[in-house]
Amino acid sequence: MSNQVALTGNEAMAQAMKQINPDVVAAYPITPQTEVVQMFSQFVADGAVDTEFVTVESEHSAMSATVGAAAGGARAMTATAANGLALMWEIVYIAASTRLPIVMPVVNRALSGPINIHCDHSDAMGARDSGWIQLYAENAQEAYDNAIQAVRIGEHEDVRLPVMVNMDGFIISHAVENLELLADEDVKEFIGEYTAEHTLLDTENPIAVGPLDLQDYYFEHKVQQAEAMENAQKVVVEVAKEYKNLTGRGFEYFEEYKLEDAEIAILALASTAGTAKAAVDKLREEGVKAGLLKLRMFRPFPAKEVAKALSGLKAVAVMDRADTFSTIGGPVFADVRSALYDVKSDVEVVNYIYGLGGRDTTVEDLEFVYNDLQGIVNSGEVNKRVKYLGVRE
Amino acid sequence: MSKKDKQKPGWKSIPEGGLILEAGNAIKYKTGGWRTHRPELDMDKCINCHFCWIYCPDSAVVSEKKEVTGFDHDYCKGCGICAHECPVDAITMVKEEPSTEK
Repeated sequence: MSNQVALTGNEAMAQAMKQINPDVVAAYPITPQTEVVQMFSQFVADGAVDTEFVTVESEHSAMSATVGAAAGGARAMTATAANGLALMWEIVYIAASTRLPIVMPVVNRALSGPINIHCDHSDAMGARDSGWIQLYAENAQEAYDNAIQAVRIGEHEDVRLPVMVNMDGFIISHAVENLELLADEDVKEFIGEYTAEHTLLDTENPIAVGPLDLQDYYFEHKVQQAEAMENAQKVVVEVAKEYKNLTGRGFEYFEEYKLEDAEIAILALASTAGTAKAAVDKLREEGVKAGLLKLRMFRPFPAKEVAKALSGLKAVAVMDRADTFSTIGGPVFADVRSALYDVKSDVEVVNYIYGLGGRDTTVEDLEFVYNDLQGIVNSGEVNKRVKYLGVRE
Repeated sequence: MSKKDKQKPGWKSIPEGGLILEAGNAIKYKTGGWRTHRPELDMDKCINCHFCWIYCPDSAVVSEKKEVTGFDHDYCKGCGICAHECPVDAITMVKEEPSTEK
């Protein structure tokens, strides 16, 4: 039985954590994630969860304590944003390489500097190569749904990897939405009990965690991580299907919105996908065959599936809410173009870097992008491959 | 890949995440090869005070029937602490190459 409520994204995430009822949460507050930690610590104080809550002095310590708890066999969570994630960096990699299924909501915010507290994806995109699975949400409902599924994905015996559950700062985290929460017992049943295969607390079978791993074995452990990411693709689908059976909601790797007969499309992740849907609807009324691919899973990257979904189009704009400063486009663009190389498609793919530091991205901005795509289709020419959207000259 | 690395197990058969599942397996890791200088004991000078045995960070000083009899070269890294601590200068550090040991 589910329950329809009006909550902010942060409230929905705190509810998801309450229902997951982790053994350990070690977290440090940072805008715009603060409320998640604040509300969760209230649940702890009220005895609404069984969680051991560890107050720490920094995000580096938050991730370190979470790693320690997970190595001890606990179902462990933390949450962060932007500079907090940056401060965790060293241990973020260690969590993945030690194969600890930690679930971490990241309320996406621009990395300093200049200092900024608003939404972009520079925090999570910076961690794209850390070995974490990354899920993105269009709205609070999807963020909540992803958090619950993340537990199952990360803990699966073929995966055993940490999962970053991304949610746009302020746009989702602080906006009130109507959404459905699962019943507590349904979440409990869906995620099940967690039993780690090896733990530091198993005194009958003592182990060493995090030993020195040099030229003779480090490489093998990295290939194991890559293999686990391959396996994650299958597991994400299985878990999404099961979740859909339970709730009627959700997608596997991505949502295709009016993409089937589309000639031009935008590929976007997170809240901008919702804005793009409004632009698609408007253009469809005008007879323009516009569509959208909303990416849910960025790591691992579903290259084959994305290429298949886009290869029949005439032109695609990939939206990146982070720059790589490579001068050849954003992180999502690089992967999408690489995926399309193998299918030998004629589709023109361009990149828009947008919304940095929380710059508002409107329906009109996205209509402008679709118009640009139409121009490319009509002229057959791309005058500039990578552009910045909504910035003053 | 070096010959030595080729003989080791592959990624499909080793524990995940760099875990070591076997307790006390450091004994299999022989660190004697790190040594540039080797301790040599002059039995005539030795008073069996066992300072060397106490100070050795690798437990590489061998003591049998309450007498220091030599060194375990599989684990001695040649740090020289034993020679430094010996109150009667019964231990000298000698270069590994060429060997002077009889």
